[in-house]
Amino acid sequence: MTIAPPIKREMHVVHSRGDKVFRGIVTAGALTSLVILGLIGAFLFGRGAQVFSQYGLKFITGTNWSASTEPGIANEFGMGPMLVGTVIVSVIALAFTVPMSIAGALYIEFYAQPRIKKLLTALLDLAAAIPSLIFGLWGIQVFTNIGQRWASFLGNRLGFIPIFNTISDNYGRSPFVAGCVLASLVVPITTSVAREVYSRTPRELIDTCYALGGTKWGAIKTVVLPFGKSGVVGGAMLGLGRALGETVAVYLVLNLNFRYTFKILESEGGNVASLIATRFGEASTEELTALIAAGFVLFLMTLGVNMIASAIVTRSTRS
Amino acid sequence: MTEISIPQPTRPWQRKRREQVRSGASFAAVAFVAFIVVLFTGFAGFDGWAIALFLISAIVLFIKGRKLSQKERKNAVIQLLIASGATLAFLPWLSIFASVAMKGLAGLRINFITSDMRTTVPDDEMNMGGALHAIVGSFMMVILASIITLPLGILSGVYLTEIKGRFTFLVRFVIQSMSGVPSIVAGLFVFTTYVSATHGPTAFGGALALGILMLPTVARTSEEVLKLVPDELRSAGYALGARQWRTTLMVVLPTVRSGLTTVAVLGVARVIGETAPLLLTAGSSTALRFNPVSGPIASLPIYVFGLLQIGTEYAVNRAWTGALVLMIFVFGLFITARKIGGKDKR
Amino acid sequence: MSNTSAVLDTPEQGFAGLETRGVHAWFGNHHALSDVSLQFPARTVTGLIGPSGCGKSTFLRLLNRMHEFIPSAAMAGEVLLHGQDIYGEDIDAAAIRLKVGMVFQKPNPFPAMTIRENVVSGLKLAHIKIENEDDLVENCLSRAGLWKEVKDRLGASGGSLSGGQQQRLCIARSLAVEPEVLLMDEPCSALDPGSTLRIEETIKELAEKITVVIVTHNMQQASRVSDYCAFFLSDGGPGVLVEADQTRKMFTNPNDSRTADYVQGKFG
Repeated sequence: MTIAPPIKREMHVVHSRGDKVFRGIVTAGALTSLVILGLIGAFLFGRGAQVFSQYGLKFITGTNWSASTEPGIANEFGMGPMLVGTVIVSVIALAFTVPMSIAGALYIEFYAQPRIKKLLTALLDLAAAIPSLIFGLWGIQVFTNIGQRWASFLGNRLGFIPIFNTISDNYGRSPFVAGCVLASLVVPITTSVAREVYSRTPRELIDTCYALGGTKWGAIKTVVLPFGKSGVVGGAMLGLGRALGETVAVYLVLNLNFRYTFKILESEGGNVASLIATRFGEASTEELTALIAAGFVLFLMTLGVNMIASAIVTRSTRS
Repeated sequence: MTEISIPQPTRPWQRKRREQVRSGASFAAVAFVAFIVVLFTGFAGFDGWAIALFLISAIVLFIKGRKLSQKERKNAVIQLLIASGATLAFLPWLSIFASVAMKGLAGLRINFITSDMRTTVPDDEMNMGGALHAIVGSFMMVILASIITLPLGILSGVYLTEIKGRFTFLVRFVIQSMSGVPSIVAGLFVFTTYVSATHGPTAFGGALALGILMLPTVARTSEEVLKLVPDELRSAGYALGARQWRTTLMVVLPTVRSGLTTVAVLGVARVIGETAPLLLTAGSSTALRFNPVSGPIASLPIYVFGLLQIGTEYAVNRAWTGALVLMIFVFGLFITARKIGGKDKR
Repeated sequence: MSNTSAVLDTPEQGFAGLETRGVHAWFGNHHALSDVSLQFPARTVTGLIGPSGCGKSTFLRLLNRMHEFIPSAAMAGEVLLHGQDIYGEDIDAAAIRLKVGMVFQKPNPFPAMTIRENVVSGLKLAHIKIENEDDLVENCLSRAGLWKEVKDRLGASGGSLSGGQQQRLCIARSLAVEPEVLLMDEPCSALDPGSTLRIEETIKELAEKITVVIVTHNMQQASRVSDYCAFFLSDGGPGVLVEADQTRKMFTNPNDSRTADYVQGKFG
């Protein structure tokens, strides 16, 4: 005998007046945030689209950024060198950051005495909060001599490698030095993330390595590094996002010159943020629109990197 | 029954005192040799000494390592590399702490926090002029930004965790995306809209730019803090017959009171040191001002930044002291946040 | 409490060389284990039994110098391997652990490695050259009772096996470095009864070549698997060794009344 399946009843929720007001206020607040932030995004996108439709892909690949004051001569906005400059400085920073962060995180988690570990962990958190301006200040006032020495060493001994080839002898305000300063800025962030990841390594796996007669490095190599791989990569991407958008620290250290260069020891370079910072003051409306478009491209880059970072981090915490 | 004498607990695996002294002495010896090497060769400066220290340690390691097994040797080499890499990682910010403290304190006088730069030039002596205008400016903009951002951000967090309405995905997506806005782009946005409309930099413009940077952070961290409240607490409220607004206001929010305070404090700590957006929106000033809607205004970061651009000796001294004041504020906020944040454990 | 020193007499099989003399263990100020003197005969299985919390696992970890990884740990007494105190000065703890291996309660093969890589991981960690890897892998997996089930998928991930298989893989991994003694800390407590029986068979076969010391909560398991038993007990203070003897005697006619009570299930 078949029984008719039960008929599902709809469950209505009727909110009381108090709740309606409450929900209304909260929703209004959230929607306001949504609208404000969304409008900003839309604005950036809109201006960006406008500029791209006007200049096409040359906006990204073009090498000349010049605003003309004469009515007859057209403006030429190519942010190619800035984009390349941004990437170069960030890559240099990342190249230094990743090994240092991994070493720093491993040291804190596995080699430091308990009291030093607590102290260093707390200091690391504080270090991540230092405003980037202060890194710029330290960069020009304290680090430049050291950075200059290293850059001159590279230039003199390894000058045959194209990127280390330089014409001038003044290395102080080069992408190399800027990259070093940027690295110091990013290191606290990536080291914190790496340390957090390594601290979550399952203790039994580490114990097993020791029980098999391994050394501390054996345990780290066999268990800790593979376990932490994706988390550390996520942290590095986070650091990269920070480096790409950084304005002041680079601006203070770098000698700004807006043209293509891969010679990282040469005292000139630029990044998109510095471009905006230097040109906004005297920019015409057209140039302003172009600057916004450049900012939009930068925003897309950091957005992309951050999304990859959170995807990697969520994937690693899930597995 | 025989009396059992319990022996003393020992730790035979720990390095004996004698061995610790020996390794400390050998490290000091290596450091000294590195110092001598630096004197006689071209290695200059602190980094030269550090490199010499590293190379000599490596040589000593190789000599001592010949009587170790292969795995022991590898372990020791890696230990040296990790210690060196970690030192490299820690040195910059340790150096920053030390430099800011020493150089900043050298120029810190009472007039630094009581007067402004209206009548002094950066090149004047350190007992003239000050940064009061910058401190007041920063405070004003941060407070204005907080007034706008904190309610909106917390309401967004409440919406995402308590109400979970139709717009949840959109709100979360937009907040996530906009938290990656580079600070200069936020400043540029306010520059081309508000600042252009009002013909000039103002404190309110600066506050808007800071707010854009604060809002996503405050919203996201509020959501995370609220998510930590176990659902059983809400169920208990509803089971007692309370409506949603009562449950939220009287059960959920008080539970995370310290968490939300932390959110606010951390949000402020994040933006108080921002330079780039203020460059485009608030400008700078030498005089103490209190008007948020008319005229440019000074702020601590711009104060330091401007002095660095000038670059003369006294200007740089002032910059270090300004940096010290800024750091004290940031750290004060940070430590406050930690202290408050720990109180939510329930 | 009486001071018990147990010499388990097996004149035919000889002395395994592993013995403890008056061993104590502390965690900070907490005295966890008091005055345990025990000898482990060669090529036998000794079960450490007793209610939970009386120091059996702590005692086990003293035998391969894993106790010292806990920051507040301290010990007293001697643990002798072939007459040498393994806590002596200038003794390499890692070398001891090659001779005294350990299998843990929760199966924990290295997740980032294949089955084959897991088996040889101990040798890689110790930087021991492997003469013939295929033979070694087959040998260890066979002794662990796992060869037939995995011989066609040695390249599969270590985590793709069932719980019981994973534990046998861990046993094979420990065997690869050729220990003289294998310590097992409740190896079956996380497994189903079927896997448990298979591992118990494996343990009995292993004892033909090496000495096994197994901590177990399960008295039936102890009576099935071990030749000798050592009964630990704590009255709220430090754990002590109450009695140690041949398994049959412990379960049928123990000397101490507390042992009798425990094996009859009156407590614990």
